[in-house]
Amino acid sequence: MPSASEVISVETVAQWRADFPILQRTVYDKPLAYLDNAATTQKPQVVLEAEERFYREFNSNVHRGVYYLSERATELYEAARRTAQRFLNAASPEEIVFVRGTTEAINLVAHCMARSRLRPNAEIVLTHMEHHSNIVPWQLAAEQTGARLRVIPITEQGELDLSHLEEFFTERTALLAVVHVSNSLGTINPIEELIRKAHAYDIPVLVDGAQAVAHLPIDVQELGCDFYAFSGHKVYGPTGIGVLYGRRRWLEEFPPYQGGGDMIRQVTFERTLYNEVPYKFEAGTPNIAGAIGLKAALEYIQQLGLERIAAHEHFLLTYATEQLQRIPGLRIIGTAWRKAAIVSFVVEGIHPHDLGTIADREGIAIRVGHHCTQPVMDFFGVPATARASFALYNLPEEVDRLVAAVQKAVELFRA
Amino acid sequence: MDELRELYQQLILEHYRNPRNFGELPEATHRAEGHNPLCGDRLEVALRIDGEHIVEIRFRGSGCAISQASASVMTTLVKGTSVSEAMALADRFHRVLLGQEVPSPELGPLAAFAGVREFPSRVKCATLAWHTLRAALQQVSEPVTTE
Ligand SMILES: Cc1ncc(COP(=O)(O)O)c(C=O)c1O
Repeated sequence: MPSASEVISVETVAQWRADFPILQRTVYDKPLAYLDNAATTQKPQVVLEAEERFYREFNSNVHRGVYYLSERATELYEAARRTAQRFLNAASPEEIVFVRGTTEAINLVAHCMARSRLRPNAEIVLTHMEHHSNIVPWQLAAEQTGARLRVIPITEQGELDLSHLEEFFTERTALLAVVHVSNSLGTINPIEELIRKAHAYDIPVLVDGAQAVAHLPIDVQELGCDFYAFSGHKVYGPTGIGVLYGRRRWLEEFPPYQGGGDMIRQVTFERTLYNEVPYKFEAGTPNIAGAIGLKAALEYIQQLGLERIAAHEHFLLTYATEQLQRIPGLRIIGTAWRKAAIVSFVVEGIHPHDLGTIADREGIAIRVGHHCTQPVMDFFGVPATARASFALYNLPEEVDRLVAAVQKAVELFRA
Repeated sequence: MDELRELYQQLILEHYRNPRNFGELPEATHRAEGHNPLCGDRLEVALRIDGEHIVEIRFRGSGCAISQASASVMTTLVKGTSVSEAMALADRFHRVLLGQEVPSPELGPLAAFAGVREFPSRVKCATLAWHTLRAALQQVSEPVTTE
């Protein structure tokens, strides 16, 4: 957790910022203020270089060549797996499955659960603040198996309402799937407590860490979760690569996900012997350059220090919340006690879409819409929100520009 | 700011604040629902058509200033016209927004939406009401989307 006392100097942030080439660019002749980091983060030079260097110097396929290049590519790819393992503090690299992103990671678990563990009337417990990618795969699995979904409610602050938690855990419960940090509310959920309580009933827990890994240090062994999913592109890495951490016993027990090359040991038309974990789940040529780029990204933020990044982001969150709240008619959606640097808001009489357009012409990128969490929008009775989400390279001046843009919108609309 | 003022003209903001023909039309003979998946905007257009004539039209829903104002202006323009005139106006409006036709005086208050052309991601907001109108006139029972 960020120590509130730590202050990251302006010079330090300026140095961090200089690592991201895209932040030099302008939009409509204004400096780019990129405040849509919950959607995807920008990439530092080291990530761009790592990917490019792979294609320039080592490009070849993995796990199948006996020649020099393929051996080097395999080493780099497997080194990336070990970096991800250390990043999450998984017990072994075999517990790290490379996937396209959080969405694929959750689909993988849902698919494998549907084929092994879900029975008619089994229950999958979700929460009201899940991203669509942690809802729809379970609906599909439920349709296929006759299992049912149950949903832990949320409060007006945008926190999980855990007052009746134990009622959700029964002998029918097959899994708890919960988001670590909500992408539309910013809420940091008490997953330690949830995992502990679910495990008391022998219920496995999947954590959607898409919004957490760039902001909080994660230790899957300490958490004790059964699955942890995240996307590379939300943690300064490339798109198209992500990680599913799965406890070894689950990965061993699960049937394969997709069929193809690399996931097999021996194939005849009668029968196929599957490869060992994690390769059993990595059919086909993987995103090799993506994994190598992800390795560079994870090393980059570890070098900066997640605590320091969190401290800076916490400062931005506090500052943005204070400044935005001063605007008459502005309401912040998601006022949880523990929040990551995500501020969702609505302004009376102005649709978020219009706010987004007006901010855009000031060079400010914010997200407007339902953020793939329509149940959250329904709960708060809004069709959409505007959302500013911060990263290590954002500046308080960018918050000021956002506030000025919102004020401009207010003037334009009230004129 | 100039492009923004061009986009958010007084006429548009005025219709956004005070939408005309807003509400349910219980005696509708035709209705359709429109949906913009990008922003989640939803719109219902309901009409009472007598022979060839649009006798009554109302819309409901929520959305951005552009989509709400566009729906409001649309209702004022097509109320009292014939179905074929309404269809022709819808076509012309689309062509203007796609930059295939310059706005002419015949467009009347629709000309206020010409500024949307400078905001490609917002063109769908302006056309949602008209897509939905077309669907209602053709009695498409599935919700239409802007995709
Ligand atoms: C909380 C949460 N879960 C899952 C996802 C899906 O991530 P991806 O699109 O990278 O698969 C996102 C991304 O928007 C997210 O914010």
